[in-house]
Amino acid sequence: MADPMHQFEVHKIVDLPDFTIPGLGRVDMAFTNSTMAMTVAAGIIVLFFAMVTASPKVVPGRLQLMGEGIFGYIDNLVSSIIGHEGRKFFPFVFTLFLFILAMNLLGLFLVFTATSQLAVTATLGIMTILLVLIVGFIRNGANMYKLFVPSGVPWYMLILVTPIEFISFILRPVTLALRLFGNMLGGHVALKVFAGFVVSLGAMAAGGGLGLLGIPGAALSLSGVVALTALEFLVAFLQAFVFAVLTCVYLNDVVNLGHHH
Amino acid sequence: MEAEAAKFIGAGLATLGMIGAGIGVGTIFSGFLQGATRNPSAAGGQFTNLILGAALTEALGILAFVLGLLILFS
Repeated sequence: MADPMHQFEVHKIVDLPDFTIPGLGRVDMAFTNSTMAMTVAAGIIVLFFAMVTASPKVVPGRLQLMGEGIFGYIDNLVSSIIGHEGRKFFPFVFTLFLFILAMNLLGLFLVFTATSQLAVTATLGIMTILLVLIVGFIRNGANMYKLFVPSGVPWYMLILVTPIEFISFILRPVTLALRLFGNMLGGHVALKVFAGFVVSLGAMAAGGGLGLLGIPGAALSLSGVVALTALEFLVAFLQAFVFAVLTCVYLNDVVNLGHHH
Repeated sequence: MEAEAAKFIGAGLATLGMIGAGIGVGTIFSGFLQGATRNPSAAGGQFTNLILGAALTEALGILAFVLGLLILFS
C-alpha cells in the first residue's frame, strides 16, 4: 500500500543559496513545494478579487456577488463578535480566512496541502497571538492583567482561576496551530488510506478465486473516498472559518477588556 | 516486549483521547438541535457559537491525534 505520509514530504524545487541571520544561524532559503502551494494560493486570491472588482456594477453579476458575499460574510462576523471597533481588524481576519481557505482547497485539488505543515499553521497562530498581545498592551497597558483575573470572583477562587486562565491563554496559539494542522493532516491521511484500500483490494480481486471477494470491498472504499472528499471540502471551509472566528474572539477579549457589549 | 511493538500500542492508546472529544462534539450538536427545534428563529444567530464550541472541543481530540503521531514518528 502507498505510504499515506508521503504526500506531506517537503522537497526543494529551486535551491537558493543559504542565508545567515545573526542570532538564528543558517536558514535554508530553498523554494519548496510548500512555498509553491502558498504562492499559488495567494496568487489565486489576488486573481479572483481582481476579476471580481474588474468591472463593478450596481447590480452585481454572479462573480461579483460571490466576492461581495465572502466579503460581507466576514465583515458581519467581525462586527458581530468585536463590535463596531472590529472594522479595524477586518483586513487581518479577512486575509487569514482567505489564505487558509485557499490553501485548504488547493490541497484537495493539487498534491500538496500547505496547511498540513505544522510550520505554516504555527506561523499563522503566532502571528495572531502577537497581534492580540500588541493590541492588548496598546489599548489596555498595565490593565492587561484583568484578562487573567475575571471580575466578580472571590479572592480565594482567584488563586485557582488565575493560573488556569493564564495557561489557557498560553495554549491559545498552540491549539490554533494544532487544530488546523491536525484536521488537514488527519483528513488527507484518511483519504489516502481509503484510496490505498481500493488499489490493494482491486489487486486481490485480479488474482481471481476467493480474491474476487475484494470487489465489493473495493467498491465500498471507493464510495468512502468520494464521501470523505465531500467531507473534506466542508472541513476545508470550516477550519478557515473557525480560525477566523477564534481570531475575532481572541481580539475581542483584549479590545473589549472589562466591559462586555 | 519489543520497543517497536510498545510504540504502536502506545500510539493506539493515545487515540482513545478522541472518545472524549467525540462525546463532547455530539453533546454540543444535540444541545444546538434541541434549542433550534424549540425556537427555529433564533437558530441562525447561534451558528457561529455552535461552530466555535465544536472547534474548541475538537481541539482536544486533535491533541490526542497529534500525540499519537508524535509517539509513532519520533
